[in-house]
Amino acid sequence: MNIESLLLSSAMAIAAGLVGCFAVMRRMALAGDALSHVALPGIGVALALRIHPALGAAAMLFFGALLVWSLEDRSRMATETLIGVVFSTALAVGSAITSGEELIDALLGRPGALSMGETAFGLAAAALVVAFVVMRRNALVVMLVSPDIARTAGVNVRLLNFMYLQMFALTVALGLRYLGVLLMGSLIIIPAATAKRLSRNLTQMLAIGASAALLATLGGTAAAAWLNRDTGPLIVTAAAAGFLLTLFRKQA
Amino acid sequence: MDPLLRVDRLSLRLGSADVLRDVSFSVETGASLAIIGPNGAGKTVLLKALAGVLPVSAGAIHWAGGVRIGYVPQKLDITRDVPITGVDFLHARLALTHDTTTAIADVLASVDLSMDAAALPIGALSGGQFQRLLMAFALAGHPTVLLLDEPTAGVDEPGQARLNELVSRLQRERGMTVMLVSHDLSIVYRYATAVLCLSPYRACAFGRPREILTPELLREIYGSPLAFHIHEH
Repeated sequence: MNIESLLLSSAMAIAAGLVGCFAVMRRMALAGDALSHVALPGIGVALALRIHPALGAAAMLFFGALLVWSLEDRSRMATETLIGVVFSTALAVGSAITSGEELIDALLGRPGALSMGETAFGLAAAALVVAFVVMRRNALVVMLVSPDIARTAGVNVRLLNFMYLQMFALTVALGLRYLGVLLMGSLIIIPAATAKRLSRNLTQMLAIGASAALLATLGGTAAAAWLNRDTGPLIVTAAAAGFLLTLFRKQA
Repeated sequence: MDPLLRVDRLSLRLGSADVLRDVSFSVETGASLAIIGPNGAGKTVLLKALAGVLPVSAGAIHWAGGVRIGYVPQKLDITRDVPITGVDFLHARLALTHDTTTAIADVLASVDLSMDAAALPIGALSGGQFQRLLMAFALAGHPTVLLLDEPTAGVDEPGQARLNELVSRLQRERGMTVMLVSHDLSIVYRYATAVLCLSPYRACAFGRPREILTPELLREIYGSPLAFHIHEH
């Protein structure tokens, strides 16, 4: 793996760790994981149209996040059912229109060679996600405790929710190259779940979430190179190992 | 002099349900308004509308100029097993309004919550401590009006008495106007200067506690006989 790819995967991991902290605290692990599946049909269509697969994935993720956002006000049961149905269908449709090697790459990720443009765009997108979480963390915290209180404190709750979900979708899009449609959700959720177990305040949670995702990505990438395996499964295995270690520790 | 708050023929629909119909009342500066009524009467919805959280369907809410509202919601049904401390929560409040002069320690002192308790994750706080934290959050915005939605729900009896005393003290010290939803009629009788009764069975009633808290009216409002006696002291 070259330096550009290492830089981009590190930036993606930090963004995933940060965005995941709020996903775990909002209890949207299921929706978040399922949301990443929606990228697959986008990749399939993009490949068929001979455009960059990341563009197809990003477009579908945008609409997937829009769907979750529009469903969030409804009852929890209906939302979860609908998310389960829609996103599983997306996986099925995506698998039907993508095939062979390309399907495996889309599902599990394959870093491949990066162009200058891809690196620059990826780094800018990761920086945007990190800046969003860091700058809007106060509004996100108040919204998490009570959307009504957040409204009285001047927060536009619907807009903030929309922006958060789009940042989540952007993070998924960033990580598809490394982890694929099936595993990217895990890099967002698992390090954040680790951080939640180890933290006693918000700053700790964000710092541990970002660090755990970064360590899992670097460790998994190194292990993949050493074992001559795909990176995605080993990154998620490293993240899961970190989480399992916290089970031996009394919760903070 | 114009009242601090004037509500004119307020109606509010949620989905297909008429939650509030034709509610009118007014509140003077420094008053203590208690909002009572059975479950489903629209007390919480009214308070949210007053706080600007819910849009009204018809009628109007007129606040006097310069009013700052502090809102303390009903017992929150939230995921509290999160590593967010009381200090994180209050810091977020002050940062949102770019308030660099208010100290978190001062806000905590005003609601008798220790810094040690506020440094704990919110899930580790007792019901009473969490309500105090919510009150501290509201006070951090330097409100002139405090809207409280059943602040003592889910709190043990000694804790309820302390919270009621706290609200009363804050009102005296800061000259705030308080509007409070409560199911506890004895507290209403003790602290309120005005009472608004909402009921799904009849038009709302508004007036002084002695005028409103009569057995006949309460029976009408709650739609069933109610065992409640006013003890004259």
